[in-house]
Amino acid sequence: MTLIINYGVGNLFSLKSALSCLGVEAQVSGEPEAVRRAERLILPGVGAFGDAREKLRLNGLDRLLQQEAASGKPLMGICLGMQLLFDRSFEYGETEGLHLVPGEVRPIAPFIPKGYKIPHIGWNALRFGDGIGQSEVFKYISDGDCMYFVHSFAARGCAAHTIATTEYGVPLTAAVQRDRVFGMQFHPEKSGRAGLNILKAFCEIQ
Amino acid sequence: MITKRIIPCLDVRDGRVVKGVNFEGLSDVSSPVGLGRFYSENGADELVFYDITASSEGRRLFSDALRAVAEQIFIPLTVGGAINTLDDFDRVLKCGADKVSVNSGAIRDPGLILRAAKKYGDQCVVLSADVKRVGGRFTVFAKGGRENSGLDAIAWIKSGVAHGAGEVVLNSIDTDGVRGGFDLELLAAACEAVNVPVIASGGAGGIGDFVRLFKTLPRVDAGLAASIFHFGEVGIPALKAALRENGIPVRI
Repeated sequence: MTLIINYGVGNLFSLKSALSCLGVEAQVSGEPEAVRRAERLILPGVGAFGDAREKLRLNGLDRLLQQEAASGKPLMGICLGMQLLFDRSFEYGETEGLHLVPGEVRPIAPFIPKGYKIPHIGWNALRFGDGIGQSEVFKYISDGDCMYFVHSFAARGCAAHTIATTEYGVPLTAAVQRDRVFGMQFHPEKSGRAGLNILKAFCEIQ
Repeated sequence: MITKRIIPCLDVRDGRVVKGVNFEGLSDVSSPVGLGRFYSENGADELVFYDITASSEGRRLFSDALRAVAEQIFIPLTVGGAINTLDDFDRVLKCGADKVSVNSGAIRDPGLILRAAKKYGDQCVVLSADVKRVGGRFTVFAKGGRENSGLDAIAWIKSGVAHGAGEVVLNSIDTDGVRGGFDLELLAAACEAVNVPVIASGGAGGIGDFVRLFKTLPRVDAGLAASIFHFGEVGIPALKAALRENGIPVRI
């Protein structure tokens, strides 16, 4: 069973529908027992980093996620859920993340060329990059496939774990992987067939 | 490179698409799910569902239809029409909408944009404006273009973005239905004024109008249209192929 972690942040409807469309057995819950029982975990999230981080702490889900990830359970963070995987974020002050992937989350504004709009909203192409072997989570998609992005912050200092970037005047971190922890800055559940294929590959990881 | 978005807009009354389309192989031309799937499989980058229902029963049917679409179609969904309060935002977001577009509701209550952006994030709030030239000035109209609000369009969208609107849809009443192309003058002024995505609406008559739009105004992010897609005059795959031939980045 794949668990969509419900910690009071964001809209889980699309994600649940996407998994059900793929025929994946999925559940939505924030109960620690459900997290322990699940074969794999999806951490969604929309909104502000600090608020989401606090909700994870209040539920004790932060420790639990760290334990589950350490035990090798596949975990995928999506959008804000991906940003939470890093060491820290600088959205409205500095907030510590889950330390599951080395790196930090910074506003994109100072890094992109003048004239580029913020947020980065829309369909943009994934680039797997040179030297990085193609991640198993991308086995059903190709370099250049477009995904739907909506974000004003992006992960930096995580080159060693970056499995895809996207070009927005400069390369932005689009996806990361450390062992069986995956992070997707875009919304696979809103990225058409290609996005569903990423979720499908993730749900096949045993 | 970020791609230019092509967005079909569907008018929905009592949970059914009005002015249903006429495509081969589509048996139920007024089913929001059938049409949504058709567009999604044929290259649409996003769908806009516009609720033109007048009754509360119709509103309930709209919610059911939206939920059915969101369960089966995995591209961004924007909902507009009859959005006047935070409860309206809540209602459509719970049914699976990703973004909510406000128009007359924000003219009546300009604080709505700020409250919605604070609660749901800027990316969720789309400011849609119906604009017409009055005495040579771009002026915002309310109630589906029937009522002159007296607001200057450029000042209005600037203030909407300052309060948290994450995208702007500009519908030109002057070019709407004429099929002579988008209102490039209005769009240029809007792109100059705000630094969030600008979506062009009103006036598309054929593929050439989209090519001209993105070539003339590279800062425009998306083109929205209804009838030319619904009547099959312009197929989105052919449109995107033409855009790509002209060096305009699109998702194929």
